[in-house]
Amino acid sequence: MSPLLEVCGLKKYFTIHKGVFSRISGYVYAVDGVSFHIDRGETLGLVGESGCGKSTVGRTLLKLLEPTEGKILVNGEDITALDAAQMLPYRRQMQMIYQDPYASLNPRMSAGEIVGEPLIIHRVAAPKERRERVGHLFDRVGLRPELVDAFPHEFSGGQRQRIGIARALALNPELIVGDEPVSALDVSIQAQIINLLMDLQDEFKLSYLFVAHDLAVVEHISDRVAVMYLGRIVETTDKTSLFEMPLHPYTEALLSAVPIPKASAKTRKRVILTGDVPSPINPPPGCHFHARCPYAMARCRHEVPVLREVKPRHWAACHLHDSEVTFPLAKPAGA
Amino acid sequence: MSLLNDVGPTEQARRDAGAALASPLLEIENLQTHFFTAAGVVRAVDGVSYDVRNGETLGVVGESGCGKSVTALSVLRLVADPPGRIVGGAIRFEGTNLVDLTEREMEAIRGNDISMIFQEPMTSLNPLLTVGRQISEAIALHRGLSRRDAGDQAVEMLRRVHIPEPERRVHAYPHQLSGGMRQRVMIAMAVSCDPKVLIADEPTTALDVTIQAQILDLMRELQGRLGTAIILITHDMGVVAENADRVVVMYAGRKVEEASAKELFEYPGHPYTKGLLGSIPNLEVAAHTNVGRARLNEIKGMVPSLANLPEGCTFAPRCGFATVECRAAYPPLVQHRAGHWVACWHAERLLEGAA
Repeated sequence: MSPLLEVCGLKKYFTIHKGVFSRISGYVYAVDGVSFHIDRGETLGLVGESGCGKSTVGRTLLKLLEPTEGKILVNGEDITALDAAQMLPYRRQMQMIYQDPYASLNPRMSAGEIVGEPLIIHRVAAPKERRERVGHLFDRVGLRPELVDAFPHEFSGGQRQRIGIARALALNPELIVGDEPVSALDVSIQAQIINLLMDLQDEFKLSYLFVAHDLAVVEHISDRVAVMYLGRIVETTDKTSLFEMPLHPYTEALLSAVPIPKASAKTRKRVILTGDVPSPINPPPGCHFHARCPYAMARCRHEVPVLREVKPRHWAACHLHDSEVTFPLAKPAGA
Repeated sequence: MSLLNDVGPTEQARRDAGAALASPLLEIENLQTHFFTAAGVVRAVDGVSYDVRNGETLGVVGESGCGKSVTALSVLRLVADPPGRIVGGAIRFEGTNLVDLTEREMEAIRGNDISMIFQEPMTSLNPLLTVGRQISEAIALHRGLSRRDAGDQAVEMLRRVHIPEPERRVHAYPHQLSGGMRQRVMIAMAVSCDPKVLIADEPTTALDVTIQAQILDLMRELQGRLGTAIILITHDMGVVAENADRVVVMYAGRKVEEASAKELFEYPGHPYTKGLLGSIPNLEVAAHTNVGRARLNEIKGMVPSLANLPEGCTFAPRCGFATVECRAAYPPLVQHRAGHWVACWHAERLLEGAA
């Protein structure tokens, strides 16, 4: 059986226009050849820093953005070339939860209208059923059903995120793409929303693509994790292997930069990267990470490393493992 | 890249001993900062006390609206009046009560003896001036240097915060720099007059983790060199654990717990602190727990409105330990273990459970 979602060589370039005639003067290589799959009931975490293209991946695979190249398969069917009308049945299966609970809800619609709107668009319920379903959804995400007539500004950030989740659930989707769904929330509220997402997954057998920058949250909620850097996936495997045996130097640095809330944290040894993430407008040649990589070799500067299965079910894109797997990571002698 | 072993055990011991002997450099005592709004009086800071000593990092943690930033703004007398006003308490800096100073006298201290780094470097830098100009402004004002000397000093400051090519970057405008670079510029401005106290309000919240690690590392380095006392305000328990010597936990305008960082993370004494720690996913634990079984310990409900606080303990409506006692009266801050203060009627029980 084909996986629920399969993405092959996905690319999304944004054009940069200049001058009075808006001539194309360059490209932002936001997503530059990304492949992954998500099975039913599974959560894939997509983690990376700002500007790495993780949100663009989420939007492109729902076709909210038109992909530049590559293929998106849902239940084995290619949806890449479909137009808006043809996409409609697939939209029912794939929904999105956004980061900012303030910007993603229409301030002029009541909470009940927001949650019920997908049911109108997809013509799945008569008005009476719709009200019932909205009430049920409110209850399921932990909002009091009396609040259907309240407007977004009357809710707190955590409650707004619950409205966004109820809206995403309205059509019984199979896949939910969460684009930083808890990043804007306070810690205590963040825990409530994470728990809710996990309960809902259990109940409705949902699959998630969980896009976030917080590695601890991603490790908590995901089965498998893909690490992105400047438009490319540099490593992907199950969450335990990623933590125990990071095979890409960027993953290693990311893991060691996450502050740990423990008494012993002060004496921890740490890898501190130098420099900033390069611009996706003008990415460096070869491995995108080579300028910041502590193990960079000559070939990293001009040869792009391919994401390959260096160990069973563990993919990494790094020249360190060209002849055999090197762990702990170290520069080969003589390089 | 550098591999660093944070602070060696001997240096840590020396710092602990030094901190215990020295008298506080900055002392906040029963501070009350209220906002007088159309919706009523918002008691943003309601009787908060803490102090910080030379060379020490004090972490102040809490969620949005707990009053952690307003306390810091009160120290620098930057709370907008109206609607805000310091209505009670004292802020003593080297023996002087800052609350009593005139605006003129305060200007000599602000940015000089006590300076501040803000969360969002883009909104706190002037987009129309080069970064060099902004750094030299403070130096020229407080040190009475000529513009040329202050300009040279600005280059030196950029070098101190490890900005590559400082001679060129001194002429850059804020929008030409990355977020991490802008935060380095903010730090350069803040430390340009060798302040005795540096208040850092969520200095790394807007930054990516690898950049956050760089900035925190830089702050530690500068502290080691200049002996600055740092008040590190953050919502991130991990940042506190890795950087603070002592921690103050705030909730709804009050201090609910204070202890050394080591003590607080091993023996949290307030149900709120305990709840916060339980609600953060731990990287190590998360990596080894199956998704189905991983559950975070959530704190139910929401932070109460500061204009309409509940009777008794303000945390009681969300607290699993709450009893009749809690709803009747706000608990006093009591020292339960050496240097460990908790404002909770049931702190004894919590501490025994943890030990």
